Amino acid sequence: MNRYLVPLLVVLLLIGFLVIGLKKGDPRALPSPFIGKPAPTFELPTLADPEVTVGSEDLAGKVSLVNVWATWCAGCRAEHGFLLKLAADKTVPIYGINWRDTRPEALRWIEELGDPYIASGFDGSGRVGIDWGVYGAPETFLVGPDGVVLHKHLGPLDPRAWEEDFVPRITAAGGNL
Amino acid sequence: MIRLLAGLLAVLIFSSAVAIDSDVAFDDPELQARYEKLISEVRCLKCQNQSIKDSNVFLAADLRREIRRLIAEGKTDAEIVEFLVTRYGEFALYRPRASGKTLFLWIAPFFLVLFGGFAIYRVVRHRMTLPIDDETDTQGAAH
Repeated sequence: MNRYLVPLLVVLLLIGFLVIGLKKGDPRALPSPFIGKPAPTFELPTLADPEVTVGSEDLAGKVSLVNVWATWCAGCRAEHGFLLKLAADKTVPIYGINWRDTRPEALRWIEELGDPYIASGFDGSGRVGIDWGVYGAPETFLVGPDGVVLHKHLGPLDPRAWEEDFVPRITAAGGNL
Repeated sequence: MIRLLAGLLAVLIFSSAVAIDSDVAFDDPELQARYEKLISEVRCLKCQNQSIKDSNVFLAADLRREIRRLIAEGKTDAEIVEFLVTRYGEFALYRPRASGKTLFLWIAPFFLVLFGGFAIYRVVRHRMTLPIDDETDTQGAAH
């Protein structure tokens, strides 16, 4: 009996690791190092008007979403309808970071598909994206009233992710839903 | 057909010689050497099995540009690594720094070698205690 015990334990350990690996979901998804830490400060010219800026000051004092999007990004098109619905419900204000895009294309996108954003900052060079640790649009950050990042969602936002990952955190942080 | 194959082969051979990074080199060879070492050790987050030196994804180009800027500003390698880790986490580095979080990564190989060595030792020791019995061996081979 004893001679089988060690191999058995090793196999069980391996199975444990494999199960964890399978349950983890997308292996390319990276946890954001900003969760629980202050969001990076930023200030960008808005998409609508280069003379006006949007930045960390606009986020202060309320729970808000920061959505990183681009016109070349298929996932952004997929989530756009849901963002419009969130905006229509007038719950959490949504700010956009238009990442690595061109103004004319981004403006046309907004015109054609609708604008869920309070304002979108235009980050053509991708500098602010790097500061936020963005590596693939769409990415959505949930930022608390104190400017701390509460959650980061990778990929298109959908009702399920919203209910499971965002709603409880928004409620806990005192945001209106 | 042969021409096509030869063409494909040529593409394969010569494409690897083309540098992805088309930016102008630093005037100071020492800075350029630091730059090249750094970009070969930073993971492209969008194409996770390539370094940003080998990737032509725009994110890799952006990160190269940032590293170039930081070097030009006189930042040390450690400061540049810190810049990347605060934004993208330890995963961005192909050689993670030794710290509490990555301790397991660093000690696991030694642990595995020790474990394997111990296993070999046990097996060899056990075999040495077995009686040498040529007769059963030859009989075994005959079956």
